Amino acid sequence: MDQCIGCHSCSLACARQIYKKISWDTAGIRIHSTGGLSTGFAAARCLACDPAPCAEVCPTGAYSRRPGGGVIVKQVLCIQCGKCVEVCPLDAIYQDRSGRVYVCIHCGHCVQFCPQDCLEMVENGSAQEVSI
Amino acid sequence: MIREEFRVLLVDVSTGKGKIVLLGGRNAVAGGSGLAALLFSKYGHPGLAWNDEAQPLIFAIGPLTGYFPLMSKMVCSFKSNYHNEYTESHAGGRAALSLRFADLDALVISGRAKRLSCLSIGANHLEVKDASFLKGMDAERSGKLIRRMFKDSSGHRSILRIGPAGEEGLAMACINVDTYRHFGRMGGGAAMGAKKLKAIVIHGDTDFNLPAGKGYAAKYKEMYKAVTSTDMMRKYHNLGTPANLQTLNDISSLPWNNLQQTSDPRITSIDGGAFADETLLRNGACSGCPVGCIHIGYIREKTAADNRYHYHQVAYDYEPIFAAGTMLGVTKPFDVLRILDVMEKVGLDAMSGGVALAWATEATGQGLVSVAETLVPLSFGDADAYRQAANHLGRGSNEFYRLLGQGTLKAAEVYGGGDFACVLGQEMAGYATGELFFAAQTLGFRHSHLDTGAYSYDQKDNSRDIGKAVDFLMADEPGRAFLTSMVGCLFARSVYSEDQLAECLDVVGFHTLAANIPETSESIRQLRWKVRAQTGFKPENFSIPKRFYQVKTWKGQIDGSYLNSLKEEYGRRIMALIGVDEQPE
Repeated sequence: MDQCIGCHSCSLACARQIYKKISWDTAGIRIHSTGGLSTGFAAARCLACDPAPCAEVCPTGAYSRRPGGGVIVKQVLCIQCGKCVEVCPLDAIYQDRSGRVYVCIHCGHCVQFCPQDCLEMVENGSAQEVSI
Repeated sequence: MIREEFRVLLVDVSTGKGKIVLLGGRNAVAGGSGLAALLFSKYGHPGLAWNDEAQPLIFAIGPLTGYFPLMSKMVCSFKSNYHNEYTESHAGGRAALSLRFADLDALVISGRAKRLSCLSIGANHLEVKDASFLKGMDAERSGKLIRRMFKDSSGHRSILRIGPAGEEGLAMACINVDTYRHFGRMGGGAAMGAKKLKAIVIHGDTDFNLPAGKGYAAKYKEMYKAVTSTDMMRKYHNLGTPANLQTLNDISSLPWNNLQQTSDPRITSIDGGAFADETLLRNGACSGCPVGCIHIGYIREKTAADNRYHYHQVAYDYEPIFAAGTMLGVTKPFDVLRILDVMEKVGLDAMSGGVALAWATEATGQGLVSVAETLVPLSFGDADAYRQAANHLGRGSNEFYRLLGQGTLKAAEVYGGGDFACVLGQEMAGYATGELFFAAQTLGFRHSHLDTGAYSYDQKDNSRDIGKAVDFLMADEPGRAFLTSMVGCLFARSVYSEDQLAECLDVVGFHTLAANIPETSESIRQLRWKVRAQTGFKPENFSIPKRFYQVKTWKGQIDGSYLNSLKEEYGRRIMALIGVDEQPE
């Protein structure tokens, strides 16, 4: 992420291609400045915790653990209680005004829209920043 | 959201109340530049002073903002205190997408707050907050405090703010947008200061469904590929616009020392490569633009004894380097950034400020002004003096600087030296390319080098054919006016051809607009000029100082007769557009 230029192309791509939205919020990856633009950018996105606190806290089974890390989300089961949003330690889950939640499903669609090669799709366990 | 009407928020900062208006006219004005002109014609007061509290300060985006890459800029329009006429300024940063995701096509601010204030808007909120404690505070410190005042939406909001120059009402005051971009020219900062607004915070906090019908995502992907795989990406991301410094110097078209020269061997120490090698920290981007043309350098300052340092990040581009570098004879990248850092803090337009100080330096050399006026002795190349002078200029430290801050020619009227004031409608842009550019900036709509491609024409054509040259200006303007109505970055003009724009508009649902781009482009061009004419524009309001007739470019000595003829003919053609036929005497 040191190379991130803050163009939001990843968020816009996720919202557009996965969630069928025009937005920089309703996406599985969201870019924030870390104290004004002078201090660079951080991406709020799922780091595939295992166990996943969001899946553990979900009261209806809408969130379930995905083999190898991350979660599978079944929107039809979601009652929009927001517990997953509260429990996520990384602010990786976004809830819009209607109550719908948005999280990374590790599909990799955003990768091709990063002009700076900040993002890559790798096998779980090989990413240095996630220890499983 | 895609809708035929324009959704406009009118805010009266006198009362802190606002009103949403749905306005027709999409197919006539498109958005951006066209919408801004429409809004001024509806809410502006051509006969009132620029700082009358009834005058609107307008911000507008376009139908493609947020929907396609590089559709990432915003138009600000207002009655300028530089020439007391209607004008536009453009900026990037996060402003455009923030307004889009606040579900607005435009923001129109009228009134005057009782005390210095911040306006905060979003999809579901409107608030005017007292900020009198920010009075006189520089733009950098203000930014830090404003971010603490409005903590929500970090990364998904835009902060527009002014420095002391805007509060002082200087015609060279800019509006800082998200630290590294600016509504720089024509005194937008003063127009905002006249509202007693220190900052405008725009929260982009809502979302929309995809446009109806198939094809949008595929078209987006096609355009994304086009902008990232072409030479444009390399050109603007790599060295960026500063790569042009060497190019312009090589063809004797780069202003040095108040345009006393157009080329200098010292260019090697201050060209794009030198800036990248010595000072570049990283690149940044406007939201929605994968190109990332923003180049951010650094300066390190020793503040006290021992090893106590602090550092600042300063954005640079071709134009600020010309203005705070070659125009002032300053040839070390860190020195240029130090001058720009001061201009950023005081909220001064770097191009105007640098050109004004270059004039003040030559005026000093000729004995027209002395240290009694300039407060520090000015000489070309003295970067420390220029840092102090930039601070005096931006803060209006004395009568001389307050006058200079209203425009170099205003100061020259009092102190003399009008012959060597490098003003073409406003302080010149960094292109001493030839007669057509000088005529075009003098009479261009924004007095910007981007109003037309005159600087490019100068570099390719040496025929001195008046009709052909002015035909080029007239033919080039509507397409640019349409692109700035989208509101796309003009760096993308080679990618967003008329056909591509038509497809983009069509795929998001603006079918009629897509089918009528040439007509709408012309309609926007004419509306903009008519609105400006209502505020007093006439070609004869603008003259070309003698210095420009003394310039030597790659084509040789400027042809004064050709330059005069170009200006006269261009002025006549503009007035004919407005509906006033002026026959040359």
